[in-house]
This record gives sequence, C-alpha cells and structure tokens, in this order.
Amino acid sequence: MSIIESPDRTIAQGNYAGPAATPLGRRQMFRAAGVTTLGAAAISILGGCKSMAATPSASENDVQILNVALGLEHEAINAYQLGAQSGLLQKPVLEVAVLFQSQHKQHRDALIGAIKQMGGTPVAEKPMAEYAKALNAGTLKDQADVLMLAAKLEKGAANAYLGVIPSFDSRDLAQISGRLAADETMHWTVLASALKQALPQKALSFGA
Amino acid sequence: MMTRLMATLALLAGATPIAARAEGDAVHGRQIYESRCIACHSPDANRVGPMHRGVFGRKAGTVAGYAYSNALKSAGVVWNDQTLDRWLTNPQAFIPGQKMNFKVASPEDRADVIAYLKMLTP
Repeated sequence: MSIIESPDRTIAQGNYAGPAATPLGRRQMFRAAGVTTLGAAAISILGGCKSMAATPSASENDVQILNVALGLEHEAINAYQLGAQSGLLQKPVLEVAVLFQSQHKQHRDALIGAIKQMGGTPVAEKPMAEYAKALNAGTLKDQADVLMLAAKLEKGAANAYLGVIPSFDSRDLAQISGRLAADETMHWTVLASALKQALPQKALSFGA
Repeated sequence: MMTRLMATLALLAGATPIAARAEGDAVHGRQIYESRCIACHSPDANRVGPMHRGVFGRKAGTVAGYAYSNALKSAGVVWNDQTLDRWLTNPQAFIPGQKMNFKVASPEDRADVIAYLKMLTP
C-alpha cells in the first residue's frame, strides 16, 4: 500500500453528517433500529474477537462516541496522507508513517462497521483540503514538523480514547476504546522517540 | 496546597469548586488543552469539535461552519465560568444529546482549562 495514493474513501465525501434529530427522536430511532440487539455484532467487529460479543449493552450514546472516534480516525488518516504527499518524509520514517496510516484505516473501517451494525450513520470524511486547512499543513517545512504534528494528534487521540472510557454504556466497548488508545500510544511513543523527545518522567501521564 | 484545601472545603460545604478557586492557571490550562482537548479541538479551526477562540461569552452552538447537534444549538447556553464548569464536568448531563463525551474530572483542571479558554477570547 502506498501512502501517496488517494485515501480509500469508502464513504461519501462531504461535510459532517451527524445525527440531526432531537435527542428524543434519535432515541426512538435507535430503539427502532435495534441498537441493543445489534450491539453484539458491532462489538465483535470492533474487537475482532467473537468472545467480546457476550453481553453487550451498547446504546445510542455509545454510537455517538464511536462517531466522534471515527472523526478522529478520518483526520489521522488524512494527516498522514498530507505528510507523505508533502515529500518531507524520508525512509524509513515514511514506511512507519504508512504503517500507522494503515492502522488508522483499520480503526476507521472497524468503527464504520460497528456504527452501521448498531443502527447509526457513520460520520463522513471531509475533503482533504479541509483537513489541510484545519491542521495548518501549509506551515510544515521539514520532517520534524510533520512528526510533531503527528505526535500531537496521536497523543491527543490516546487521551481522547482513554477519556471517553467512563462514558460508554457498554463495558465491552469501553475495553475496545482502551485497545484503540493503546495503538495511539504506541504511535506516539515511536514518533516521540524519532523526535528525540524526552519521555514522561511521571507515571500515569496519559488520560489525565 | 492552599488551593487544594480550599477546593476540598468547598466540596465539603456543597459549594461549587470553581467558586473556591477564583482564577485558574491558564498556563497549566493550556498544557491540559494541548494534551487532552487537542484531539478534537483547536483555537482557530473547526475540526472534530468546534474552534475555541472567542468561546467565552459566546452562545453555545453558534460557531459558523461547524455542524452542531440540535441539542447544543437549542440549549440556550452562553459560555461563562459556571456553564463551562458544568459542561466540562459532565457534558452529557448538562446538555443531553450533544456529541462530546469527554469529562474533566478534577475541579482544578477544569478551572485551569477555563482560564485558558478565557485567554482565547479577545
């Protein structure tokens, strides 16, 4: 897989297309769609393990959290794409960036599958130009700039996945959020090492 | 130390923690923002969440170009010390049906983030 290729846009491009109904209306919609009963399949998709589908209690609230996570993954995929297309990344850093982007794509695909299984509508990916503008991609001047942007986003994502764990109604989805956070933490650690950044001196530096 | 004691006393007295800590530490608030909020938010760009510059005193759900939930658009909330503290404490409890599910548990951290957000408002 080449990171130079256009991102695999498996869902329609465009602006955010999140739920627009009233809270009560959305609750009714999700109830009608059988969110709870479909939760098991969704968790199985996300966890990649059928044993995770034992006793789900997924809800409309959980779909909302997964959709925010999906928004983060769309942005991460596009950030790596922008970095690669900038021509600023050299081997072997470029190869690592390709790997991390592919893992974000796996997160994205799993989240889309889970949200659909739970009766929700996956948030749409935006055009890359919007990500470029929002992330100030025009200011990236060298490889270190790209890596610092990636590290900032990865650390933020790790903290976000950790931070929403208590908000999940489903404990299975909460665990999966922890697994996603672990991936992002691994990415941040590698990027911070490449940048020769100091390691955190205190324990429990993530998620707080 | 004194600040923590005051916050504890305020909690015991049933007062809101923010009231016991009149001014947060904006420098620490920025550090928290750039560690925990940055995944979704930036001061000057709508990303997964809306941009934050000018948030203080702004009516919730009104940043141009950001697709808010109907819940937030119709909340009728204006962002100030008290509403931001309630929001960061538990956004879903404050405005049910909105999209953010990230909480800031520590009253001191909330005060510091709010102090930083205040700095983003000219």
